[in-house]
Amino acid sequence: MKTTRDKTSMEEAIKVENPVLEVIGLNTSFVTDNGVIPVVNDIDFVVNRQEVVGIVGESGCGKSVTSLSIMGLVPTSNGKVDGKIIFNGENLVNRSEKRMRNIRGNEIAMIFQEPMTSLNPVFTIGDQLIEAVKIHRNWSKKKAKEHSIDMLKKVGLPRAEELMKEYPHQLSGGMRQRVMIAMAMLCEPKLLIADEPTTALDVTIQAQILDLMKKLNKETDTAIIMITHDLGVVAQMCQRIIVMYSGKIVEEADVRTLFKSPKHPYTVGLIKSIPDMRTKKDRLDSITGNVPKPGSIEFGCHFAPRCPHAFKRCLSETPELKTLQNGQKIRCFLHDDMEVAQ
Amino acid sequence: MMTEPLIKIENLRKSFPIRGGVLGKQVGEVKAVDDISFSIRKGETLGLVGESGCGKSTTGRMILRLLEPSSGKISFEGKDITSLSNTELRKIRKEMQMIFQDPFASLNPRHTIEKILEEPLIVHGVKDRNARKRKVKELLEIVGLNESHLKRYPHQFSGGQRQRIGIARALTLNPKLIIADEPVSALDVSIQAQVLNLLKDLQKNFDLTYLFIAHDLGVVRHISDRVGVMYLGRIVELADSEEVYTNPKHPYTQALLSAVPIPDVDFQKERIILQGDVPSPANPPKGCAFHTRCPYAMDKCQSVKPVFKEVENGHFTACHLH
Repeated sequence: MKTTRDKTSMEEAIKVENPVLEVIGLNTSFVTDNGVIPVVNDIDFVVNRQEVVGIVGESGCGKSVTSLSIMGLVPTSNGKVDGKIIFNGENLVNRSEKRMRNIRGNEIAMIFQEPMTSLNPVFTIGDQLIEAVKIHRNWSKKKAKEHSIDMLKKVGLPRAEELMKEYPHQLSGGMRQRVMIAMAMLCEPKLLIADEPTTALDVTIQAQILDLMKKLNKETDTAIIMITHDLGVVAQMCQRIIVMYSGKIVEEADVRTLFKSPKHPYTVGLIKSIPDMRTKKDRLDSITGNVPKPGSIEFGCHFAPRCPHAFKRCLSETPELKTLQNGQKIRCFLHDDMEVAQ
Repeated sequence: MMTEPLIKIENLRKSFPIRGGVLGKQVGEVKAVDDISFSIRKGETLGLVGESGCGKSTTGRMILRLLEPSSGKISFEGKDITSLSNTELRKIRKEMQMIFQDPFASLNPRHTIEKILEEPLIVHGVKDRNARKRKVKELLEIVGLNESHLKRYPHQFSGGQRQRIGIARALTLNPKLIIADEPVSALDVSIQAQVLNLLKDLQKNFDLTYLFIAHDLGVVRHISDRVGVMYLGRIVELADSEEVYTNPKHPYTQALLSAVPIPDVDFQKERIILQGDVPSPANPPKGCAFHTRCPYAMDKCQSVKPVFKEVENGHFTACHLH
């Protein structure tokens, strides 16, 4: 593999200082009939080279809008993106459409939940792959075709040459998702955003796809942002996890810390409410109440109405995201007394 | 433990014709459910798991006779209901209710919650208007909603609340059997736990029997007493829930269990990654349907269909290895 690089300690050092993506104070809001609704609220995070970062949260927490903001896919007619998204030293917020088209699919690629709706049903797989290469690379059609076939083989698809002539409906869900991954990896992007890539797939196929993504992440330079609601998937795939709730980051930690000592009551509740396949519990712990609609809570901590530990202050003041000494970040008054790292 | 089965399924089959050509002649058939037998005891929860297209939903629908079985026999409380007329069937349906996956698609958007919950009572001849209203209020409280919700429409509720309404509707006629088809798969984890707890409480309080159809193995383990695993229209393994999860016999069950991502960083396990996709049910492999993906496949598996038999006490499987 031409892009495989040895992970030396030097490179590890560079990696820490050299984030691929830095999101600083990202705010994304939408104008609706009911006024301006903030969907993503003051989000900061970093993705380092080759890292796999998971963003988890329930529906409506803003995880998908975060990824659309990074890709510059928030509709300009009613959406507004503020803050900084620094990719490779370049701020992507409010970049020209021309520049974004250059970046999308080339340096940042994305795969979506439903592969059938993201492939064009009237073009063959080959047409779509070759088009994607030709937009970004000044290659001959022959070279683009060879490259596409190589990529199909790399994602583990059998009969790659024949597949190039087939249409999306002729493939199964797992195969279509492999094609999507192949397409995303065609230009060796520095960042791959995977938005619920396995949610529509069966578990045995999910296992295949996760395995493939892990392999590609190791073999290439590509960092991955994995957006999902499935904590099992992030435990298996990611090095660092960001937990979002109601448009805000409530906790961020490395995967071990997050599962071993989650601090935010929401994270704790979320982990407890998963029915674990290994043991049988008589009752599941659940979080009471419902996920709030974006913009419905104006004051205080957004989780306070469902939080078992909420006190007076939580209802009036909004907690800040603070960094603890072990690098864990948390947005909760309960941990205010804990020593905060410099 | 040896209670009378509430429902008994024998050699149930369902095939759908594939039509092709200009004249729409039948060119083949999809065997959605292919010769399955099981029974559910009173008060028990049977979980049915499997991947998409394995026939688990078709099975659930056939039990309610929402789909006509191609062959086989369904008995409810010892009575054969496979060939009942529509009028007779309507009486029996009172005893068997269904909870659907998508609570939004299964609630009429133009009806208030009150109307949705009252309708089954009207259909089944509860004439007293006040009695109906009382029952509806009672139901709402049982599922954790309240009177103030009565005049609202389905779109005004969140997904979890809508599923609670779906459950309330299923309970309206005091059924004995509830078939729950993926009742929590459209819900967020924190809400899913609430609904699962509710289903468990209801079972205890109203002496319900569940057929719980789902693809999430964690959810199924949590709720089921016994679990059946389906693959390409057949049940490949059926045993007590504990047995299936700790001592799976069929290679497909083993692979399925190992494929589930566990939310624990320290948990190391031997992953069995199956090659390839589920074959098309229109053209299933000969012999054992799983042999194309099975890591232990032998020559015999390609030609001889394994018999579904008891290999240990109460543990059934269809595999030549056993």
